[in-house]
Amino acid sequence: MVLCGEKKNMLLEVKELHAGIDGKEILKGLSLQVERGEVHAIMGPNGSGKSTLSKVLAGHPSYEVISGKVLYEGKNLLELEPDERAREGVFMAFQYPVEVPGVSNSQFLRLAYNEKMKHTGGEELDPLEFNDYLKEKAKVVDMDPQFFKRSVNEGFSGGEKKRNEILQMAVLEPKLAILDETDSGLDIDALRIVAEGVNKLRNENNGIILVTHYQRLLNFIVPDVVHVLANGRIVKEGGKELALELEEKGYDW
Amino acid sequence: MTAQTAKQIHYAKALEALIHTAGAGELAELRRAAFRYFNETGYPSVRDEDWKYTNVAEIAKSEFNAVGLRGIDDLVHPELNEFNYKRNGFTALNLALADISKRTIPANQMIAEPIKIRASAVDAAMHAPHYIFVAEPGSESTILEIYESEARSFVNSALQIIVGDNACVTHYRVQKDSAEAFHYGVTEVTLGPHARYDATNITLGGAISRHDIDVKFTAEGGETWVDGLYMLNGSQHHDTHSLIDHAVPNCTSHQTYKGVLNDKSRGVFNGKVLVREDAHGTDAQQSNKNLLLSNEARVDTKPQLEIFNDDVKCSHGATVGQLEEEELFYLLTRGLPENLAKNLLTYGFAEAIIQKIGLDEIKADLDEAVLNRLDVKHGSLRI
Repeated sequence: MVLCGEKKNMLLEVKELHAGIDGKEILKGLSLQVERGEVHAIMGPNGSGKSTLSKVLAGHPSYEVISGKVLYEGKNLLELEPDERAREGVFMAFQYPVEVPGVSNSQFLRLAYNEKMKHTGGEELDPLEFNDYLKEKAKVVDMDPQFFKRSVNEGFSGGEKKRNEILQMAVLEPKLAILDETDSGLDIDALRIVAEGVNKLRNENNGIILVTHYQRLLNFIVPDVVHVLANGRIVKEGGKELALELEEKGYDW
Repeated sequence: MTAQTAKQIHYAKALEALIHTAGAGELAELRRAAFRYFNETGYPSVRDEDWKYTNVAEIAKSEFNAVGLRGIDDLVHPELNEFNYKRNGFTALNLALADISKRTIPANQMIAEPIKIRASAVDAAMHAPHYIFVAEPGSESTILEIYESEARSFVNSALQIIVGDNACVTHYRVQKDSAEAFHYGVTEVTLGPHARYDATNITLGGAISRHDIDVKFTAEGGETWVDGLYMLNGSQHHDTHSLIDHAVPNCTSHQTYKGVLNDKSRGVFNGKVLVREDAHGTDAQQSNKNLLLSNEARVDTKPQLEIFNDDVKCSHGATVGQLEEEELFYLLTRGLPENLAKNLLTYGFAEAIIQKIGLDEIKADLDEAVLNRLDVKHGSLRI
């Protein structure tokens, strides 16, 4: 693959990224390019560095970048704080969404939405306006408005938590969404709802990175590019067929 | 024996005047006995194990005018004889000078409207309200107890609650005295067969404040929730001591206390759950979680389980710490600036207790009070 920073649809360019946690290098020269309108799947066995990539892109403070570059819309993503990245349009759906007791889903989402609007010069919404907006967005993942009043993720089932992540994505309309093992722990019905939600949000202006261990999710969300991650590097790239090949042969080849 | 101070002489005069207007029956004798006890013991000192972390010397050396004193004819409510006035100097002084009132919820009555108890003292005044609340069998009621004292006042209150067979009492206690005020309060609760008592104790005010709460099961099948929140800043000091007494079998208790401490404030939590020898089938849970928002804030927490029976289910735990890093990161990844994210988490931490409150009027007021304690621009967290 030729690295080329001039493409006008280029959303994310990761160049020779080395990163790790607690002094241990996990990503060992990872490169990746995502254009607007594309869905990329990053597949790999446990310990290959999938989650590290997600966390580094989102700006988790425990992870350390050793060398390499990450350009987002041509700008250095790594020098932005996690909240700045989010307001610039980067979103990560968590593998294990965090419970926030005492803070209602709608309150949390309105604050997040309005912070983004402040940043982008859009119109902030008052609680009533936001409630209407949220109801509309909740249809994306078929979510009952009862969940708006409940504390963020508190007492939610695994499937409800993942749907809530996609609801947040729908509300914040990111330009780059990283879905970290969104399929883990979901039964087939929940997986279908979540995947349909992502498909509805997929458009020509955003890029989506699906980080997953299993091919199963890719039956529902068809990727443009599949990357195989092993030992901290992309070792193979291909079209959607590559995922099927992996399913058959496993990661040992 | 402590030396008689000018203040004790002043209180003695107030007591004599009270007894003079109220008549000289059994109640007068009880008041005199309590006052003798106060004279003997004085206010508690940090040498007492129970008062190790709470120094009330400031109260002891201040002069207050005893106000609002009222007797109740010559009648002695039998419940007063059950009151443990020898708990400490405060409770003895309370009974000696008590402004006594009693409310009875008749059997099988459901009273939707909360029964309000409000007490407040003005600057330099000492007020000693003493309430007796009897919930007769099968009744359902809600107590809303609010303290809003001014300046350097001193409230020394007592509330006795007797929950009868199958009765249900919900109790909200809100202490939002001024930040200069002194406050001591005791809640003594006894639960009859299958009685339920659900308490939420909120402390926001006071320079030095302490709340003692005892809940005692006297018959099987009782259940209680004893929850609370103390949210302190500046140099406020608050101490909660609770005792859940599983004296009989097959009762259930739940206790969640939370503290949010900023600046140089100090919190004390001492929660004892006592499971007596005969109390098989006890289910008791207790937790105390504290959030320290400043390096100078401090909390001393001591959850205690004393179990004298094997056939029980008990758990307890305490934490003292800062905001959870993973929770903070989650909020940041949604675009909330760090300061707002921290405030939202702090708000949520406190709100998890406030959400229990079923009365909209008081809940909205407390939401507001919590928000005002946070370091955010007015309005940004409002729903």
